[in-house]
Amino acid sequence: MGKPSDLVQGTLDLLILKTISLEPMHGWAIARRIQQVSGEVLQVQQGSLYPALHRLEQQGWIKAKWNESETGRQAKFYSLTAAGRRQMEAESANWGRLSAAINIVLGEA
Amino acid sequence: MRWIGILPLRLRMLFSRGRAARQLDRELEFHLDRQVAENLAAGMSPGEARAAALRAFGNPALLRDQARATWSWSTLESLLRDLRYSIRALLRAPGFAATAILVMALGIGANIALFTVVRGVLLKPLPYPNPDRLVTLYERHDGGGSLGQFNPVDAGSFYEWQRSSPGVEQMAMVSPFMKYNVSTQRGELPERIDAGWCSWNFFSILGVQPALGRTFVASDDESSAQATVILSARFWKRRYAADPAIVGKTIWLDARPYTVVGVLPSWFVYSSAFGGSNIQAWTPIGHDAPQDLLRTFANHEMIVAARLKPGVTLEAVLSHLAAVQAQIKKSHPDPGVHGAVNGRTMLDDGVHNYKTPLFALLAATACVLLIACMNVAGLLVARSAARARETAIRTVLGGGRLRLMREGLVESALIALVAGAAGIGIASAALQFLVHFQPDMHRIESVRIDGGVLLFTFAAIAACALFSGLISVMSTESKHLLGALQESSRSSRGSHSRALFRKTLLVLEVSLTVVLLAGAGLLLKSYQRMRGTDLGIPIDNTLTMRVSLPEARYKEPAQQVAFFEQLIARVRALPGVEAAGLISTAPGQGWSGDSLADIVEHPLRPESYLDAHRRGADPGYFAAARLPLLRGRIFASDERLAHANVAVISRSAAQQLFPQEDPIGKHLRFDFNHQVLEIIGVVGDTRWDIHEPVMPTLYAPIYGNEYNSATIFVRSPHNVESLALLIQGIVGQLDPDLPVSDVMTLRDTIGKSTLDNQFDSLLVLAFAVIALVLAAAGLYGVLAYLVTQRTGEIGIRMALGAPRPQVLRLVLADGLRPALLGLLVGLAASASTGRLIVSMLYDTRPLDAGIYAAVAATLLFVATIACLLPAWRASRIDPMQALRTE
Repeated sequence: MGKPSDLVQGTLDLLILKTISLEPMHGWAIARRIQQVSGEVLQVQQGSLYPALHRLEQQGWIKAKWNESETGRQAKFYSLTAAGRRQMEAESANWGRLSAAINIVLGEA
Repeated sequence: MRWIGILPLRLRMLFSRGRAARQLDRELEFHLDRQVAENLAAGMSPGEARAAALRAFGNPALLRDQARATWSWSTLESLLRDLRYSIRALLRAPGFAATAILVMALGIGANIALFTVVRGVLLKPLPYPNPDRLVTLYERHDGGGSLGQFNPVDAGSFYEWQRSSPGVEQMAMVSPFMKYNVSTQRGELPERIDAGWCSWNFFSILGVQPALGRTFVASDDESSAQATVILSARFWKRRYAADPAIVGKTIWLDARPYTVVGVLPSWFVYSSAFGGSNIQAWTPIGHDAPQDLLRTFANHEMIVAARLKPGVTLEAVLSHLAAVQAQIKKSHPDPGVHGAVNGRTMLDDGVHNYKTPLFALLAATACVLLIACMNVAGLLVARSAARARETAIRTVLGGGRLRLMREGLVESALIALVAGAAGIGIASAALQFLVHFQPDMHRIESVRIDGGVLLFTFAAIAACALFSGLISVMSTESKHLLGALQESSRSSRGSHSRALFRKTLLVLEVSLTVVLLAGAGLLLKSYQRMRGTDLGIPIDNTLTMRVSLPEARYKEPAQQVAFFEQLIARVRALPGVEAAGLISTAPGQGWSGDSLADIVEHPLRPESYLDAHRRGADPGYFAAARLPLLRGRIFASDERLAHANVAVISRSAAQQLFPQEDPIGKHLRFDFNHQVLEIIGVVGDTRWDIHEPVMPTLYAPIYGNEYNSATIFVRSPHNVESLALLIQGIVGQLDPDLPVSDVMTLRDTIGKSTLDNQFDSLLVLAFAVIALVLAAAGLYGVLAYLVTQRTGEIGIRMALGAPRPQVLRLVLADGLRPALLGLLVGLAASASTGRLIVSMLYDTRPLDAGIYAAVAATLLFVATIACLLPAWRASRIDPMQALRTE
């Protein structure tokens, strides 16, 4: 495994939206899940995670609720809004087109 | 639809920001704890686990700030924070805050006050419907100098104009010069009031609805109609106690009965270039004016008010009327008939006398405000210099330049806001003072602080804040961070650029001050010249008052003469009266009409007829007035009534008509009534108005010649005012229903007519003094600052052997240089703008070397004193101390 690569802000937003599209999660769980599902390739820095979460909340893609966590303590759980779900699908499609195009160019070279 | 969803979030962010902050802390803490727990589970010790977690976590404070930066309303939050800091910073430096606020409050307050006056007097439209359609029409008399440009109109021409003026909806005659005796009816004293004659449609032209009753109708305006009168609201309230049943009642004007048909609303004031704001009663001109006055083309007593049809310009109407007037002149080739017309809007008519003085005063207050802003900017720059290290550290730590600029602007905005609030207070006090001091100023009733003025206030505050803030902030240089951070700043280039900046500000301040001083000097000199002008007779201890005999009770000339003779005899008999006489109008008390006269012995061409003031005098007047007799003799006591065709002429009349020959024995014929008078004497000249040049005057006997009104002229060795009541008592004894009016000394007369000039010059002087104090304070501040900055350098100079006086001279020169430069710039500016106030000056030229020299001397004197203290302190520096503090 090489060094974990840095994630661009736009893609971090997309990953967060995707991760919480299945079920509401708190910040720690989101970071853990992304790390796990990508096989430890993608490491989310706390310094970018929380600003991203708060920005997404201010923009209205996700909404937050304080609930009891699995450890018994109160934690802030984030979930998708309807608009957020639509945004996620749109961004996913974009990402697919982008990566396919890059692959083609790389394949050519 | 997203914004509907996030609206509750936005509101929460705005109002419960503290709670959101606490929640963020808990969120981050939770994350940290989970990381620690994971580390512990992986087998680290508690201390290691925490340390590793924190390392992975990063700087919690930075994290918190980065998260908060994404919140909405963050700009507002930082603005509020800046505001709190600024308030605290200002409270920590109360001296600076108080000075800056006071200085700016004075500047803003003066501007608000003057803007209110300018707006009320010059800018607000007249309070009538469609006021831009209202015009005042005049005749033009090109041989009459400046007074002839807008010359009153004769009734004959008015009727011609009315007959053919296609662009005019309606026109009316107004004569605002009338006065009436109001008789006693219920035991109150008789009084003499200002009144106006007007055509019946005058009020409908203006669009004024009466508060009670009605205005005139056409049938009132006939000589055969019953006498009617319309009262002003003020007169009705004062004399008739606001009697609601006044309409239909009879009042006695000049001993004749008049029926009150209406009362005007209390807001109505008629302002024209010939006065009228004090008119208490209006009567129809067709009824009250003598019939020959209504038919003449040569006697000019009327102002014409007209309402133009929509879409018609004044120029079109004037060019049409010019043709009509030219025709009139052709068919009536009398020299008293004028051949040209002129006109202006009714608004302009009322206020044109005030335009130049008001704009000059506005310019003066704008100068003072600029100086105040520059002073405050200088103070702010000094403060930023004191905080240079703090600013440098903050910049190095990542504070954006924009953020720091914004903080500076917030501080100056705060000062401007508080100063603006104080300024409104100052302005309303100043306006109260003005209304009290100048109650006769035209349209003073529309001078009020209202919405428009408040808007101007906010604009002024914003402009001041921006001006002071921007120029103080722009002076800070971020390039010299390193120097600012270092303890010793021997190579203090940052402070040098600041000093240069402040010096530039100072040059501008000084030049504005010089302009104000020059203006004040010119106005003062003009005022002095005016006060010192001779009326032609000694004015000390003289008293005048007027009586006017109503024709209804004094029909025969013999009755009038008998009354006057008795009156003056009794006045002369009073103890304390040195001399007394009767004159129709005393010197300095007004125009009172002029007449054209021709010489019988060798007739003149009509253009060269003598245009003279005609006065009636009793034989004792000349001695009482101490008017010197130059040739011939005064009237004899039997030269009266049928034998009153003699005249005494003034020196200028004699010089104009008889330059080479003896005027005694010659005869003059008057153009308007063809009366022939024999010249029996020549006396000295007098002025009819202190501002105006001498006009030739002719005196005929007042006992005869149809004089029914006279001024009692009394001279007393001392305490002449005490005689006023006694003389009024004598008049009351002779006729209890006869009022006495215009009781004043000649000194009061001059004072009244120069009141405006005195007021203007004192005001500008006050501004100039304020500006001088501000400039001196600025000069002192800059020099003190410079000395502090150069302490090290001065210490070195002294240590190397420079004598103290040399240091003193060095610093003094450094301070006086900007003052000198400012002086030169200011004098140049005054020379080029002096032309603009020429109309306010009397016998004074704007490029007056004496005044400029005085201004330069004053400024240099004040500047030297301001610089002396810091320079002296610099020379007292102990070189050892100076070097040690490095």
